[in-house]
Amino acid sequence: MDNIAGRKSALNWVVQISVVLLVAAWLFPTVGLFVSSFRTADQISTSGWWSALSKQERQVPAIRVAGEEELRDGRYVIEGELFPVTDATVGAWGTSSREPNAYEAGAVVDLGDGVTLTVSETGRFELSGPESFAGERLPRIFSLAETPPEFTFENYRNVLFSSTAASGVGQSFINTLTVAIPATIIPILIAAFAAYALAWMEFPGRALLVAAVVGLLVVPLQLALIPLLQLHNAVGIGKGYLGVWLAHTGFGLPLAIYLLRNYMVGLPRDIIENAKVDGATDFQVFTKIVLPLSFPALASFAIFQFLWTWNDLLVALVFLGTDDETLVLTGRLVNLLGSRGGQWEILATSAFVSIAVPVAVFFLMQRFLVRGLLAGSVK
Amino acid sequence: MNPALQGLLTIIVGVSGCLAYFYFSNQFLDKVLYPARGPNAGRNINRANQIRPWLFLFPALFALGLYLAYPVFATLWLSLTDRDQGGAFVGLANYRQMMSEPKFWEAMRNNMLWLIVVPAAATALGLLIAQLTDRIRWGSIAKSLVFMPMAISFVGASVIWKLIYDTRPADQDQIGVMNAVWLAFEGGVGSVLFLQVLPAIILLAFAAVVAWVGWLFVRPLLSSAHSQHWALMPLRLVVAGGALWLIWMSLSSLFDLATADIPYGQPQTWLTLPYWNSFFLMVVLIWIQTGFAMVILSAALRGVPEETIEAAIVDGANPLEIFFKIKVPQIMGTIVVVWTTITLVVLKVFDIVLAMTNGQWETQVLANYMYDKLFRSFDWGVGSASAMVIMLLVLPILIWNVRNVRKEMR
Repeated sequence: MDNIAGRKSALNWVVQISVVLLVAAWLFPTVGLFVSSFRTADQISTSGWWSALSKQERQVPAIRVAGEEELRDGRYVIEGELFPVTDATVGAWGTSSREPNAYEAGAVVDLGDGVTLTVSETGRFELSGPESFAGERLPRIFSLAETPPEFTFENYRNVLFSSTAASGVGQSFINTLTVAIPATIIPILIAAFAAYALAWMEFPGRALLVAAVVGLLVVPLQLALIPLLQLHNAVGIGKGYLGVWLAHTGFGLPLAIYLLRNYMVGLPRDIIENAKVDGATDFQVFTKIVLPLSFPALASFAIFQFLWTWNDLLVALVFLGTDDETLVLTGRLVNLLGSRGGQWEILATSAFVSIAVPVAVFFLMQRFLVRGLLAGSVK
Repeated sequence: MNPALQGLLTIIVGVSGCLAYFYFSNQFLDKVLYPARGPNAGRNINRANQIRPWLFLFPALFALGLYLAYPVFATLWLSLTDRDQGGAFVGLANYRQMMSEPKFWEAMRNNMLWLIVVPAAATALGLLIAQLTDRIRWGSIAKSLVFMPMAISFVGASVIWKLIYDTRPADQDQIGVMNAVWLAFEGGVGSVLFLQVLPAIILLAFAAVVAWVGWLFVRPLLSSAHSQHWALMPLRLVVAGGALWLIWMSLSSLFDLATADIPYGQPQTWLTLPYWNSFFLMVVLIWIQTGFAMVILSAALRGVPEETIEAAIVDGANPLEIFFKIKVPQIMGTIVVVWTTITLVVLKVFDIVLAMTNGQWETQVLANYMYDKLFRSFDWGVGSASAMVIMLLVLPILIWNVRNVRKEMR
């Protein structure tokens, strides 16, 4: 028996390690974006996010010595700063492109004719020579700049509140919220009544209707785009929030009815029949008994619908349009990918702004989401 | 009006309107139309109860009919007409034009690849993770972390993965993980092992699995016992054909792999590599959908009766045998459900392709092709025709689902 027990614990270790690896692989992409959204533009574009915590080294293009010449102890001296704005330090430096990192910081280098050049660790350089440098071609300094890892909230401030840089991600955030909340709430009640009828009322054609709902569950909404756009234009809704809300309501209904009906069918028959015997009407049974009891299913659907409407791109593009004032977050991201494909500080931050809300909802409401998934996939 | 205010107002109007509709229509039915008093009280109650379900159903049926059922037929009609000729009926001209476009066939080919790779990979990975996390203590945390991408939009996921596929010129540090890893390979023994031998083994294993599955489907055709259902014949033939194609594909890529001249040391622009870039896009969807498969399959695995497993252990089965011979056959129904659900997602995949490549470099898929036709070249005829192709591909799953539900209802 010892043998088997030993094998079991070895197997257990293999399982644990492979799960750790799998989870790490699944988190890795998101973590990359998350870390990137807090890095400065400079650091994002010069090093991978996985090295965000280590010292950043960057080869600085040649800087030509310049500055006021002054006479000091009989020598002509030019002083200045290599990095006047950043707090980078010099790791190594050189004076030719062939050997850009030839000297250590602080070394005094003889350039010939009695001219010396030194670059200190902080980036301060000092060129001195026995004759005036006026009219001469001054040497160039190549350097390896080292900056400490730097993290900032600047990207988020930029993206959310600045009017120029990220062109309205804040506005899009509000737009998405405006689309998602009504589109989540409105279908619930309509679907709940229908689900009650399909679950607890006897009438001819009920089975057929349930089958029809299941059929509509998988109809690709791609088919609906043009006919509905035509319809919206014909009745005067045109492109706008009302159109998106209606479209999301229509597209969300099959899942809502299906989920809620499956849940309501499982409610105990006794309660409902007792209430009816006591003289309750169907309307009362529904509002007083079935609706409160169905809360878990309602929550499941609400979360589904919220995630779906928040993350949707196609319906919003088609029914809301691509104007700057009405663009939703997903649409904005697609635009940014096109126009600012290289500016990862803006892209990463905008993407994270759009991801944050659904992910928060996901972690808070995961229980309901899982329950909905289990009930919602057609058996 | 401020859109946010309009939204609030719509919620109030929508919800109270719904409630008012249901309340007053019921009142009207009970008090005015068929009052439950007077000489006909009994008959009136019966009549009211016959009508009431339809009162409850009406708003939903109306919305379903208008927003999902009607568009199917309207799109079918649009695909048979020409907008430039004022909506005149043109028969199958749009379909013919679509068939003559190479971009359409590119989209079809890619969609078929997506349809095979994504559901298979997501279901297999989901099953693997579900099984592995089943018995460990922190399994639920692991599961919720793998499940998390489900909450991320396809566009958000595209941004996440675009950072991974990012390319910088050769003289700069790479900021995309793919290229950073790629540049670590220099063409030594390790590189050959990882980039040629390992993929070759995976391809061979894949071909073997496909051959086995194909054989499972074909075997009943060859056997003399004619007990199987005739309707399954075409399905079996299709699966067999698909399997042959897949085997051919993997063997030919095996050959390509062996003869490939791998450009070591040069950063690659992954999303512009024809053929391979489709797979890089698929990875995004697999990453998202694995969590879904895992959650459903994990619940199904929990539902496998303990006794069957115990009996297998007593009979001396090893863990692998328990998994493949006891658990998997018992949850086959759920696996099929997960597979078809992911297939539906794949058929509609649009956002990922639009955001990452917009169908350039031979990555076009049907849904994006359709969007292109409808909203960029405003060719409603061909656009609707391609939408009908998507519908046609969905149709078998639709029929299957409806049949299952009808069976269940009986």
